[in-house]
Parts: sequence; C-alpha cells; structure tokens
Amino acid sequence: MNHAPLLSLITFLPVIGMIIVLLLPKGMEKAMKITTLTVTFLQIVIAGVIWSGFNYSLGGINDPNSFQFIEKFRWIELTGVAWLNTIKIDYFIGIDGISAPMLMLTALISFIAALSSWNINKAVKGYHAMYLLLVTGMMGVFVSLDFFLFYIFWEVMLLPMYFLIGIWGGPRKEYAAIKFFIYTLFGSVFMLLVMIGLYLSCQETLAAGQKVFTFNILSMMDPKNYTATGILSPLNPHNLRFIAYIGLFAGFAIKIPMFPFHTWLPDAHVEAPTPISVILAGVLLKMGTYGILRFNYPIFPEITRQVIWWIAAFGMINIIYGALCAMAQKDFKKLIAYSSVSHMGFVLLGMASLNTIGITGAIFQMFNHGTITAMLFLIVGVIYDRAHTRGIYEFGGLATQMPIYTGFVTIAFFGAIGLPGISGFISESFVFLGGFGFEPIRLLTILSTIGILLGAGYMLWTLQRVYLGPLNEKWNQLQDLDGREYAMLIPLTIIVLILGIYPSFMLGLMNTSVNALVDFMAKSPQLFSSIGM
Amino acid sequence: MNSLNFFNNLGYAWPETIITLFLAILVIYNLVYPQARRALGIISLLGIALALGFTIQQMWTQFPTDPSWLSGFTRMLIPDKIGIFFKVIILIATAYVVLFTEFSEELRGTFDRAGEYYALIFGMLLGMMFMISANNFILLYVSLELVSYSSYVLAGFMKTSERSSEASMKYIIYGGVASGIMLFGISLMFGMTGTFYYFDISRLLMMININSVLFLISGIMIFTGIGYKISSVPFHFWTPDVYEGAPTTITAYLSVASKAAGFAALIHLVRNCFVGAVATDGYWVMLSHFYWKELLVYLAILTMTVGNLTALWQDNLKRMLAYSSIAHAGYLLAAMSVLSNQGLIAMVVYFSVYLLMNLGAFFIVILIQNKTGSENIDDYNGLGTRMPFLGACLGIFLVSLTGLPPTAGFIGKLYLFLALVDAKMIILAIIALLNSVISLYYYIRVLRHMYLTKGNNESPITPSFGSVLIALSLAVPVLLFGIYFTPLIEWAKTVVLR
Repeated sequence: MNHAPLLSLITFLPVIGMIIVLLLPKGMEKAMKITTLTVTFLQIVIAGVIWSGFNYSLGGINDPNSFQFIEKFRWIELTGVAWLNTIKIDYFIGIDGISAPMLMLTALISFIAALSSWNINKAVKGYHAMYLLLVTGMMGVFVSLDFFLFYIFWEVMLLPMYFLIGIWGGPRKEYAAIKFFIYTLFGSVFMLLVMIGLYLSCQETLAAGQKVFTFNILSMMDPKNYTATGILSPLNPHNLRFIAYIGLFAGFAIKIPMFPFHTWLPDAHVEAPTPISVILAGVLLKMGTYGILRFNYPIFPEITRQVIWWIAAFGMINIIYGALCAMAQKDFKKLIAYSSVSHMGFVLLGMASLNTIGITGAIFQMFNHGTITAMLFLIVGVIYDRAHTRGIYEFGGLATQMPIYTGFVTIAFFGAIGLPGISGFISESFVFLGGFGFEPIRLLTILSTIGILLGAGYMLWTLQRVYLGPLNEKWNQLQDLDGREYAMLIPLTIIVLILGIYPSFMLGLMNTSVNALVDFMAKSPQLFSSIGM
Repeated sequence: MNSLNFFNNLGYAWPETIITLFLAILVIYNLVYPQARRALGIISLLGIALALGFTIQQMWTQFPTDPSWLSGFTRMLIPDKIGIFFKVIILIATAYVVLFTEFSEELRGTFDRAGEYYALIFGMLLGMMFMISANNFILLYVSLELVSYSSYVLAGFMKTSERSSEASMKYIIYGGVASGIMLFGISLMFGMTGTFYYFDISRLLMMININSVLFLISGIMIFTGIGYKISSVPFHFWTPDVYEGAPTTITAYLSVASKAAGFAALIHLVRNCFVGAVATDGYWVMLSHFYWKELLVYLAILTMTVGNLTALWQDNLKRMLAYSSIAHAGYLLAAMSVLSNQGLIAMVVYFSVYLLMNLGAFFIVILIQNKTGSENIDDYNGLGTRMPFLGACLGIFLVSLTGLPPTAGFIGKLYLFLALVDAKMIILAIIALLNSVISLYYYIRVLRHMYLTKGNNESPITPSFGSVLIALSLAVPVLLFGIYFTPLIEWAKTVVLR
C-alpha cells in the first residue's frame, strides 16, 4: 500500500466526529451541528480526492489487483488445530467502478442531509451521534471487500436508523422504526447464514501455500477456491447454492425494497424526519441493489443466469406496482416513497439485462435516484416545515406564492419522470435499451415502459394539484426558500442537470468495471466447466 | 490411606477446599462481629479471588491422560480444562454478585442477616464447583442438592416479601420433583451398570452395547435434574416465577452461575459417559444407542422458541430476562447438540459472552430498581434521557443479547452458527436465526420505553462512581470482544483441548 488510507479515512471520519459530538457539553448544540457538517463536508473533499486519483482503466469486480485504494490488514488471526480451521479475517477495503459512484453518492447525500438536519432541535447530541454512526455504516458497506467486514457495517447501521426514526420521527414513529428494524434484521440473518456457508466452503491460498477458509469475497468469486465438500461449493453435487442465493437475495431485496418486501418503506419514510428520509432513499436503498451486484452476481453467476427472468419480473412489478400505489396516495411523502419503489424497479430491470448498457443504466439509475429522490424528499420537507401538513389536496397554486421553490420542484419532478436533459432520462433509457437487447426479458421490458407513463401521470398530477391552479388562501403566508434550503437544493440540481447533459462524468467512472462484470458473467460457464462442473 | 495420600487426593480440589474454608470463616466472623456487614463482602471477595487464582493455576497442571485409573477421592472429580473454564465463569459471576449486593436497595432490609446471605452464596458456590467436576452420579446428585438448597433459601431471602417467599416455595416444589426423578434415574443406571462412575460406565458401554428402553429412560431421567438447572423446556416452569420473586442479585446469579454449572455437568456427563473418541475432524464418536443428538436438538428448538415467544409478552423486566435466559439456554443446547469440539468451542465462547452481557443487564436493572422501586417496563419510560450513561450500557447489553454486531453477543452467535453449519445442521441454524429475530422485538422494546417514550419524571439520575466502574467493566469487554475477538477464541481453544 503506497497511498494514503483515504478509504479508511472517509469511513471512520464520522466516528471521530461522533466522539467529538459526544464529548461536547450540553448547550453547545450549534457546535455539534457544525461538527457534523464539517465531517460530512470533509468526506466530500476526500471523495473528490479519490475521484481525481481514480484510474478509469481498472475493472475490479473479481480481480484484487485492479481494485483501487486497497487497504488490507490482518484483523483476526487464529491458528488452527487438527479439527479447528485456521481463522483469518482481513480488514480489506477497496473500490472499483461499481462502488465508486456509490461512495460519491454517500458523501454527497450525507452532507446534504446534514444540512437538512440543521433545524432538528430535539436531543441534538443524540441525533448527531447516531447520524454520524449511520454515515460510517453506509460508507463501510460500499468499501468492504470482506464479507465479515461488510456484515458488521451492514448491521451497524440498523440501530442508529432505529433511533433516528424512532425518536425524531412523526406520530407513528415507534411502529415504523420497529418495522424497519425487524424487516432488515430478518433479511440479514439469512445473509449471515449464507456468509457462514460460503466461509466454510471457500478456501484462499496464502503465500506459504497453506489453504485457509476465507471471508474474502473476491476469493469466493473463483470456483477454483471451493472445497470439494463445502455445502455452498459448486463442486459438491448436493450443494445448497440455489437456496443460499435466494436467502442472500432476499436479504438485499428487503433493503431495495423489492415487492413483496416493500411494506416497511412507506411507513419508515412517512414517519422519518426529512434528513433521514433523504438518507434512506438516497443511500440505504442502494445498498440492496449494490449488494446484489457485488455478491449475488459474481459469487453465484450460474444461479444468477437461472433466475434472471425473475429478477426482471420483480423489477417490472416494482415499477408498475410502485407507480400505481404512488398514484393513489394523498400524502405527499408517501407518494414519493412509492415512487422510490417504482424507480428502484428500474435498477432491478437494468441489472437483469446482463449487458453493459443495461447494468450501466442500473448503476447510473442508482446514483440518479439517490440525487433526484433526495431532492424530492427535501422538497416535501420544505413544505412540511412551513405548512405542517403533507396532504396533497390541501395545497394548490403554490407556484404563485413560492416561485423559486416551484422551479426546483419542476426540475426534480421532471427528473423523476425521466425527461431528456435531466440525468434520470439517461439512466432509464439505458435500462430499457439494455433490457430490450436481452432476449429473455424483452417482453418484461416492454411492459415496464408503462411505468414511465404512470410516472409522468402521478408526478404531473401532483405538480398540478400542489403547485398549479389558484392559490389556496390558507397558504398565502408561506415564505419562499431560505439560504439553507438553497444550499441543499442547488448542488443537487446542478448535479442532476450536468449528468443529464454530459453523463460521461459518471459513466466513465463505472464503464470498465461494468464491462468486467458483464465479461465475468459471460465467461463464468467456461470457468465452471474448466473445474469439472 | 496415609496423610500424604490425602493431600495428593486433594490436589485437584484446592479451589473447593478454599471455598469451604472461607465458608467457615464467614460463618465464624459473623458470629463474632454480627454488625460488620461490609467486612463479610470483602472476605467473600478475598475467598473468591484466592479460589480463582488456584483455579486458573490449574490450567497449567498436567492432568493424567487417562483419568479412569485414578483412585480415592480424586477419582470422583474430572480434571479437565472445560471444567476449569466453567469454574472460572462461576467464580467471576460470584464476585460480581457480591459486588452487586453492595448496590442493592431491596436487600437493605435483610442486612442483619448478611452473614447468612454470604454463607449461602458460598454454599451454593461450593455445590456448583463440585457439580462441574463430578465424575460420579452420587457426587453429582449431592452437589446438585447443595446448590438447590442454598438457592431455595436465597430465592426467598427477603422473608417479608410475598413474592420472594412464593418464589422460594415454587422453587422447592419443582426442584424436589426434578431431583427425585434424577435420583430414580441414577438408581436405574446403577442397576444396569453396577457403578456410579462415568468412566466405568463409559468403559462398560465400549464393551457391550446396552440398547434397552430402560437405559434411555434412565438417561432422560438423569437429564431431568440437569435440565431443571439449566431451565430447559419442559423443565423451565419455575424460572420466571423464581427470577421475578428472588432478590435481583440472586436472579442474576441463578441466570449465569447455576446455568453454567448445569451445562458443565451436562458436558461432562455426555463427554465422559457416552463419547468413545474424538475424530480428527473434531466430531465425537458416540457410544451405544443413546439418542443424545435427537434429544438435544429437539430440546434446543423447544427451549429457544418457547423462551423467545413467551418473553414477547412480558412487562416485568426480570420476568422478561428470565424467559430470555431460557432462550439462551436453547442456543447453548443447540451448540451442545452438534456433539463436537466445534460445538464445545461455541458453547465456551457463548458462555463467556453471556456472563458479561447477562450480568450487565441485571446490574442495570438493579440500579434502576433502586431508583424507581420497580422493574415494570412502563417505569422505564424516559429513563434513557434521565440516566444517559446507564441507559447506553443497558442498550449495549441488550443489543449484545440480541446478537447484533459490533458486540460480543454477535461473536457468540457467529461461533454457534459456524458450528451448526459445519455440522450441516441447517434447519436448526435457521430456527435459531429466526429466534434471534424474534428476540430483537422484546430486547428493543426496553430501549423503546427508555428512549422513545416520554416519562412522567424528567429529573436526571446520577449513578455512583462505583456503579459506573462496574457497569464499564462489563460493557467495555462486550464491545471490545465484538470488534477484536482473538483472545476470546484462543481462550476457548485452550479450554476445549483436553
């Protein structure tokens, strides 16, 4: 390792911030808020440094040598005895073109949500401590290359999220918080079981020639590393890889959230305070799809191909079902929540196409959904802060009262619909191009396009109900945006517009890795047959 | 037997001898200075420290490779490291309970009988030490009774409290029945084999294949006595009532120490009577047709599921922790049911962690009980803001009991599932995992009341310096072992190797 430990820094900086926040005495609420802002801003700076040092020609995926900013240390080391295997767990982090966009997104959204947290005045210390811990968990998930480490980060997020929804949330916060917690834990216990199964089936060869079981996910991607009798080993004729795949997929699907595991999302979103909704939609949902790309695809390529139609089908259901649900909502925030379900369906559909353009679209959609939906939730937050209601039918004609605000709203709404010129258009069209180009899911792709129509329907309808038409006299006291709100919305708007006009900033970042992933998936049958499968 | 031989015989029983000695010292000291309560605590801690020293020193003792050729009193005891491990667990638990007693407000009314209290704890301790290393059914039975009688009295120690007396009464009735059944099982076993010694039974089983229903019945009957101590379903009915009624210090003690003794006795019974050899891959080659595996698997499933599902409905925290301790006994039985060294490692790791987190949880409950006079969950409303430090500690303990990273409880669960998946017992692993999801609900419910619900009283509670130290001494290892668990596993490995 001949570079500064940037990834460790970006991951654990919030922990340092958390300690500072905890040490600050009561009454220094402002200092706590500033600490959080500083830490998250520093994360953006580090993310910028990482971007500038990122080598666009290295693919990553299954090749440890083409991951970047790698840090690898022995974390746990236990020498074995005859019946107890040597245990080695690495602190192994690094990024490739799939995790890099997510890293940028996390840094960006964390900062925006920290800005949005400025007006939370209840138990400020606890809030910011929990918030920073959450940010560490999110960063850690995207940089981990060791399953054990990944699992720790994945679970570390749960408790802060529970408290952030449960203490600072809306009227039904307790219900929403526990529902979120139990759903996610339910998914992650299966992940734990799969992790243990993979660990006991996969061996890594150390420099000394000694073979040890490993949590290294890159080793798990190589069928040559599996033992003959491991329960998740492709060499074992009675292996449980299919069941394990479903278990792991379910764990991630709950996070996406994929139909029928989506029911926690509307509750969590509606009850969570605005910044947490932003984090939830902006970053947390991406962990599900990221996990599938990082774990399910390369570790179980043969099963991925078996179930690819189902992934696309669930993607289609998400798109259409989410859109229909969104259309029926009277609560502005719930509408956005269901639109998230719909938009995450595009990611699933794009992933299922197994070609470069589709997967690029999926990852780009992950990023775009992160920025656009963050904007949408901020927009709802702005109106809720002023009017203390979110009922769509209670508004009307806000455009005359709050013209600048409505301008931002229009950009965000058009972004969500997928209007050309805004980033959402690129990713959605890539998803459709990819899906259409992959024979087995072509029909599903065609059906999914209905989702675009429905999306335009509920978004434009909402625009009309809330912002257009005659002003509801009740709201003639509402002020337009203040400085802090500008600071939150302007960066997101700029990013959304720039990526809409010149998407290569982001596409270049991920291109080599996506190609490597597609290539790996295509070559995996030969790889499996070469070891006698 | 000459005198030299007598001391040689005592060789493996030095810790027990010291405890007996201190038991006498406690009683005599109390007779001479009836008012000196605090001194009794200090004497107890001293005795425990000495015994702990001798126990740990035994880790480096060279034990005979074939203990079945020992003679005299030594033959009664199994000298092995797993026993030493459980003794260490029990001694540490006792030390903590003695410390907790200093903080307990509810025991304040009984301070004039403090001598009895400490003497009874030492009596129980002595019983548990012998129960752990028993190599003989009679010794097992006698030590189990010694533990039981001491704990009956301790459970009902607050004579004036109706709840406490009721707990004691229920405990005696259930205990009496269980030990009666066990004694009957032992007599059947003696009738069939002609010996009380584990090693002799094991040698007999190697030669002939006893395959009668009677053998199975006697085995299950003997298990009843142990199952009652570890509160495995269906012998668990006493647990919630006794845990709720007994003084909280004693509840903490019962939930850790007497469970440890029960599990140690179970391990020794199975390993020394029914295991022929340990295969190179760590799995035990079982003798005869005793269905240990099936028995333990079904009991584990029943125990954890009943424990967790019943805990969901509890409003009293002590009662909830009682059911949670039943559930944890289920996880430990699941680790036991693997019948391998891996399973044993999982048990050792789990118990080390369980000691820390369960004692910790009970300690915070004691401190809260001191302030609010109740352990009802509704009285926990808003406590998180009133006592941020202790609230955070309880949070750590409860999260660890759920088994979420980065706490030590996760490592315990991890090793349990490693052992289960390695043995390809996937169904049991899935059931255990679903159980831990269920358990999240009731553990987190406490945090919900503490942090999410507003209380009537907003005045902050400042914990005393001593209690902060004790809570830290339990909470810090829980977090540290969650992040860096190498020492824990190294220790477990040393212990499991014979």
